[in-house]
Amino acid sequence: MTKQVHLAAHFPGVNNTTVWSDPAAGSHIEFDSFVRFAAAAERGLFDFLFLAEGLRLREQNGEIYDLDVVGRPDTFAVLSALAAVTEHLGLTGTINSTFNEPYEVARQFATLDQLSGGRGAWNVVTSWDAFTGENFRRGGFLPEDQRYARAKAFLDAATVLFDTWAADEVVADRDSGTFVRSAEVGDFTHRDDHFDIHGRFTVPRSPQGRPVVFQAGDSDAGREFAASTADAIFTRHGTLDAGRAFYADVKGRLGRYGRRPEELLVLPAATFVLGDTDREAEDLAAEVRRLQVSGQTALRFAEHVWNRDLSDLDPDGPVPEFDPVEGEHTIAKGRASVRMFGDRLATARQWRELGATEHLSLRDVVIRQTARQNFIGSPETVARTINDYVQADASDGFILVPHVTPDGLDPFVETVVPILQDWGVHRTGYTGSTLRDNLGLAVPARGDRVERRVAS
Amino acid sequence: MPAPLHLAVALDGAGWHPAAWREPAARPADLFTAGYWTDLVQEAERGLLDLVTLEDSLGLQSTRRDGPDRRTDQVRGRLDAVLVASRVAPTTSAIGLVPTAQVTHTEPFHVSKAIATLDFVSRGRAGWRPQVSAAPADAAHFGRRTVPPVFDGSPAAAAAVDELFAEADDHVEVVRRLWDSWEDDAEIRDVATGRFVDRDKLHHIDFSGRFFSVRGPSIVPRPPQGQPVVAALAHTDRPYRFAARGADLVFVTPDSRDAARDIVDTVQGLRATLAADAGPLRVFADLVVFLDDEPGAARDRRERLDDLDGAPWTSDATIVTGTPAELADQLQDWAAAGLDGFRLRPATLPHDLQAITRAVVPLLQQRGVFRRAYDGRTLRGRLGLDRPVSRYAATRTPEGVSA
Ligand SMILES: Cc1cc2nc3c(=O)[nH]c(=O)nc-3n(C[C@H](O)[C@H](O)[C@H](O)COP(=O)(O)O)c2cc1C
Repeated sequence: MTKQVHLAAHFPGVNNTTVWSDPAAGSHIEFDSFVRFAAAAERGLFDFLFLAEGLRLREQNGEIYDLDVVGRPDTFAVLSALAAVTEHLGLTGTINSTFNEPYEVARQFATLDQLSGGRGAWNVVTSWDAFTGENFRRGGFLPEDQRYARAKAFLDAATVLFDTWAADEVVADRDSGTFVRSAEVGDFTHRDDHFDIHGRFTVPRSPQGRPVVFQAGDSDAGREFAASTADAIFTRHGTLDAGRAFYADVKGRLGRYGRRPEELLVLPAATFVLGDTDREAEDLAAEVRRLQVSGQTALRFAEHVWNRDLSDLDPDGPVPEFDPVEGEHTIAKGRASVRMFGDRLATARQWRELGATEHLSLRDVVIRQTARQNFIGSPETVARTINDYVQADASDGFILVPHVTPDGLDPFVETVVPILQDWGVHRTGYTGSTLRDNLGLAVPARGDRVERRVAS
Repeated sequence: MPAPLHLAVALDGAGWHPAAWREPAARPADLFTAGYWTDLVQEAERGLLDLVTLEDSLGLQSTRRDGPDRRTDQVRGRLDAVLVASRVAPTTSAIGLVPTAQVTHTEPFHVSKAIATLDFVSRGRAGWRPQVSAAPADAAHFGRRTVPPVFDGSPAAAAAVDELFAEADDHVEVVRRLWDSWEDDAEIRDVATGRFVDRDKLHHIDFSGRFFSVRGPSIVPRPPQGQPVVAALAHTDRPYRFAARGADLVFVTPDSRDAARDIVDTVQGLRATLAADAGPLRVFADLVVFLDDEPGAARDRRERLDDLDGAPWTSDATIVTGTPAELADQLQDWAAAGLDGFRLRPATLPHDLQAITRAVVPLLQQRGVFRRAYDGRTLRGRLGLDRPVSRYAATRTPEGVSA
């Protein structure tokens, strides 16, 4: 059977791909940008819009990083406002489980789900660092090996809260004077290694039962967390083979938790560059890469690997011969890429070899290493590649990240979507009313998570 | 020519009377939908009101102050007010939106970015009512700390209240510093140098206090109003100090015109000593309103609701039960005590809200004391508050940064 391709839209902002210097680039803060972006996604009949999160401005060499887009608005406020100007689009927010409390986050997501008629989703991230913690009362108190334990406990607690109200709890019968059915409405108690909370939850059960839950994270612990609890997993797997391996791995973990493969969607992030022809798209992509990685950006990026100041280097010269500084990372704070280079010596060696064998400058090597255009080509080529990935079980669809704000999605919606529709792998109209409907996910039974835990 | 009045309306559930949801015009089954709140705020906007406030609490409503009851005959359940305000923002264009967000258990960093974002999505119409939570039941929702009993009138209770407000003072200070932590023109997009921001215009706030420390800067740029309007509800001395120190607007609850004058003198005196350079502090009196055109009808309605609820309902604010004309008279009379305006709490929704927008407002317009159109200004502008310069930009001199 032909699988349907799920499509979602990641608002471009604070990351290495957003090209702010493009004359077409607009604000990544003004609400109008979000409205336009959401409208494009909804025109393309996408499943949802996605917002990432970072709770501290990134720093390098003790100074705020100034070369990329900096700043973003609050996730809940933006998604809630977007609910007013969209009708079908799911609204997915990335919210950290370390610098929040379950009661508050559950209340916010339950509210978002009510105010959007069942279109809310939560991407649970665990990112831990004392650097981010300095913005919060509790500070960065969690050792790294505990972050998934807390994330799991956090999500368990939130799930208990989402389940406190029965679907038909609000009676509102004037004559009998019954507003809520039960005197125990909202009652909860949750106790584990991380939380000891009890009381009464204030938000009625949402139209989709509970908000959809995403997990983003790639480690074994992350995959296990996703397999046990998430509805969808957000990944970064650029190649068909890597995607297939990942897909098989996470879907294979579901049985352990009494779940079927279709209960967890695999949705990698993907960028794209479109041209009238494949050749034109390749040229354009090369241009985009150079805009994404200026000489300065290349040096700053190389500092993540070398862990020392490289401002004296010529980015158009060769990859440095000297070795990175080992030990704790001191130069860049709050950058995901820092975590990417576990073995800095090996990375430096690899970069040097690449530079030598292909006669690449440091900047060119960085461009190669950080290039994240997954799909480059004519609309037909991009549509075919995307569909191939999905049919080959390398993913269930993609979360697309355009490199221009806010209209970067438009060409995709105008040219690739109609082709996918012609092939019968993308909807021609919204059929469901909730995000769960659109993702093909069942409405969870109240209390099912608790039962499952008890059973396993 | 009397000074024009400012008018706010406080929205809560089906109205402030606990049996309000049983009124024929009430929409109790819709309380948790976006449509309900949009309709109410649009009605308030048609009445040209300055702002709406949205009540909130972390815990379930209760007739007891210290924790939940088990009643099923009153409205139970509520949505997060900041999200409700954000949801209605794109459906309105002029009215101020002032949600309640609690300070005792929340992170100032989160509150600051949420209200700043509300200011972006509403284009300069955001406010915030910081609320202290002294309920042990709320603390149990977080499990991080216990709140000592504060309702028993003991000296220990007074000290505990003082601590909660000291923490609230710090919370508001941190939120305000975070709003200032980006100077207005920090985003430069300088293609020539490749710089997106001028990092000299982004500031670590480095707040370090008795209760917490926060490094900053915010992740959200400075909001359109610079500083969204901070509005506190205050009944007694310690909250008056909290408001005088950190608020732009204070809601007070006098029970007479003379009491209003005393309270205005008190809070303005505190403002002059505690935060003289913070700009003006606006003072609104809160009034609960039951309004019907027929003389006596409002009283009948109130009694009927009291009967349904099983007891006469009382409030922290003065309850006005009468005709729109009587309320208009009272507003003008009390305003002479030095109040800048009023926050009206409709006893039932939408009935008493419509009485405000469709009867009280036209009367005040006829008497020349209320606007006939919005003037396109931000909420701060409408309240006569300047847009402040970022405190960090203000310390900059042409030679560099000085104290
Ligand atoms: C595709 C993807 C997107 C992510 N997005 C965010 C994000 O927006 N904000 C954040 O704080 N962390 C984000 N993370 C970080 C993860 O939550 C997690 O902390 C990190 O991947 C380390 O976990 P792991 O070792 O399981 O991969 C993302 C991770 C992945 C793989």
